[in-house]
Amino acid sequence: MGLTITEKILAAHAGKDKVTPGETIWVDVDVLMTHDVCGPGTISIFKEQFGENAKVFDREKVVIIPDHYIFTSDKHANRNIDILREFVSEQNLPYYYDVGTENYKGVCHLALAQEGHNRPGEVLFGTDSHTCTSGAFGMFSTGIGNTDAAFILGTGKLWVKVPESMQFKFTGKFPDYIMAKDIILQVIGDIGVDGATYRTMEWTGNAIMNFSMEERMTLCNMAIEGGGKNAVIEADEVTLKYVKERTNKPYNIYRSDYDANYYFKKAYDASTMEPVVAKPHSPDNKALVRECSDVKIDRSYIGSCTGGKYTDFLAAANILDGKKVAVNTFIVPATTEVYKDLENKTLNGKTLLNIFKEAGCEIGDASCAACLGGPKDTFGRTHGTEVVVSTTNRNFPGRMGSKQSEVYLASPYTAAASALTGRITDPREMLN
Amino acid sequence: MEQTIAGRAYVLGDDIDTDQIIPAEHLVYSLSDPEEKKNYGKFALSGVPQDNAGLPEGNKLFVEEGKFESEYTIIIGGKNFGCGSSREHAPACLKIAGIQAIIATSYARIFYRNSVDGGFFIPFEFSDELVNDICTGDNLTINVETGTLTNNSSSRTFKLQPLGEVAEIVKAGDIFEYARKAGMI
Repeated sequence: MGLTITEKILAAHAGKDKVTPGETIWVDVDVLMTHDVCGPGTISIFKEQFGENAKVFDREKVVIIPDHYIFTSDKHANRNIDILREFVSEQNLPYYYDVGTENYKGVCHLALAQEGHNRPGEVLFGTDSHTCTSGAFGMFSTGIGNTDAAFILGTGKLWVKVPESMQFKFTGKFPDYIMAKDIILQVIGDIGVDGATYRTMEWTGNAIMNFSMEERMTLCNMAIEGGGKNAVIEADEVTLKYVKERTNKPYNIYRSDYDANYYFKKAYDASTMEPVVAKPHSPDNKALVRECSDVKIDRSYIGSCTGGKYTDFLAAANILDGKKVAVNTFIVPATTEVYKDLENKTLNGKTLLNIFKEAGCEIGDASCAACLGGPKDTFGRTHGTEVVVSTTNRNFPGRMGSKQSEVYLASPYTAAASALTGRITDPREMLN
Repeated sequence: MEQTIAGRAYVLGDDIDTDQIIPAEHLVYSLSDPEEKKNYGKFALSGVPQDNAGLPEGNKLFVEEGKFESEYTIIIGGKNFGCGSSREHAPACLKIAGIQAIIATSYARIFYRNSVDGGFFIPFEFSDELVNDICTGDNLTINVETGTLTNNSSSRTFKLQPLGEVAEIVKAGDIFEYARKAGMI
C-alpha cells in the first residue's frame, strides 16, 4: 500500500519510513508562524513554561507577521504589537515584518508565500486556522493554538494525529468566469462545514494544476471551512518557479503513490462548474449565484488572504473597468506587495488602483481588516444590518463585525459584478 | 483532575464557531494579566445569536450584564463545536467564565486540541444529541472516572465516549505536564 503526500511528509518529519492514518506521532517543525492576535499569548506561555530567559528552539524557524489589528487606535491591540517587537528584539529573530516599517507585509498567509517561507515538503504550524493555505506549496501546514505554539517555541516539536486523506479531482477546463473561490465554495457545500474534520483535503487533476499559485492558495485556504486539518497540492513547475524566485533554501518534493489509501475520492468535471456563493451564516450554505439574483446588497468587500491577492484584483478590475459601483465597495490588498501591484500593474492601459478609484471604490491598507470584524474602527467593518457580498472566507454570525449583518461569500468576479448592480450578480452578465 | 464535575447546564446547538464564542473585537485583551483577562469571561459566548443562546428557549444570557463569570458550569453542544478560528481565547474565555466541562456531539479539531493541550477543561463527546435531552439550567453531574453524565433534573444517566489518544494528556493536566512526565522536556 502506497502513501499520500501528507503521510510521506509527516513520516519524514517523525523519522519514520511510513505512518498510518489515526496514528499519533511527534513531528519536527520547520516553521512556526505567529501574529499579533496570538503571538502575545504564545510568548507568555513560552516564558511561563520554559523560563524568563529561555531561547526559542531555532531562531531561523520562527516567523512573526503582525497583520490582524494594525490600523486601529485600540490601545490593547497596539500594546500587543509592542509585545511582539520586544520578543523579536530579545530573541534576535530574523523574520519579523514590523508595522510602520518598509518591512511590513500584511496578511500572514500570503506574506509567508511571498517572503519564501513556504517550501515544498516542509512542516509549518501557525497560530491561525487559515495556515492550511500553505498546503498549496506541497507542504504540510495547519493551524494551532497558543499552547501548542509555545510548546513548539521551546521544543521544535508537536504531536500530530496522522489524518486520512480525501482526494478532490477536477479534470477538463474551468470556464473563464470560474475562480478557485467558486470551486472551494462548491466543495464545502458538498461536504459540509465538518465534512473534512481531522482529514486532509488533497486537490488534484489537470484543471487544478492549471491554476496559478494564488488560485491554489485560495483553494487550500478554506480547507478549514470544511473542518480540514490541512490541504495539499503536489508541487510542480509552477510551484518551483514561485518558490525559487523567493528563497534559496532547499526543499523536498513528495507525490502521492498511485496505490495510496484515501478516505474517499471525488471527481468533478471542471467544465460544468458555475459561480457559487455561500449564503448567511455558514460557508457550506451553498447556492448558485444565478439563484440569488434578487438579493439586494449594501456593500461589496474584496480583500483578505482568500480574496485579496493580485489575481483576485485583476479579476475584479476586469469587471469594474470604466464603470461605477452602485454600493460601497471596499478594496483591501492582503499584503503591501499586492498594494504595489495595484499601483504598478495595468489593465487596458490603466493601473488597477486607478480603475478601482474611478469606479468609486474605497481602498484600504494591507491587513486582515474587516474579514474578521476587529476593533470598532476597522476599515470596512459592519456595524448594523448591512448585507455584504465578500471575497473573504467566513460568514458566521458577526464575523465581519455586526451580529445583525449578513455576509454572502463569493469570488472576486461575483463581488465586483454585484458591486455594479447592487444585487448578487452572476459575473457572466458582465463578462459576455 | 477533579473526579466529579457538577453544576448547571448551558445548552447550545450545532456549529458554534469561535466568533460566537468570543467575537474577534475582544481578542485584544491580555490572557496573562489577571485583571485584564477577566474581560474574556465577560464577553464569553457574547456572539451567539439570541434565539440560540441557552436552548431550548433561547434568549438566556451566558454571563449576566456587568458580571465576569457565568452561573453555568457545563456546556452542552451539538456537532462541530468550536469551528472556525484557531484562537485559544475561545477555550480560555469559557474557562475564565467558569466552565469546567463541555459535552458535544463532535468538535472542530483545533478547538479540541486547544482544550486538551492547554488543560482548560475536558472536551467530552457523546454519540447522540444531548441537546434534545438536557435543558439550559438543568443540574448535571459528570463522573470523570466512569465517564458518565447524570442529569439530576430528570434523573437520567448517559455514558460518555472514551477520551482516546488524548487521555494521557488530560490525565497529566496539559501538554507541558505530559511532556515532562514523558521526559521530553
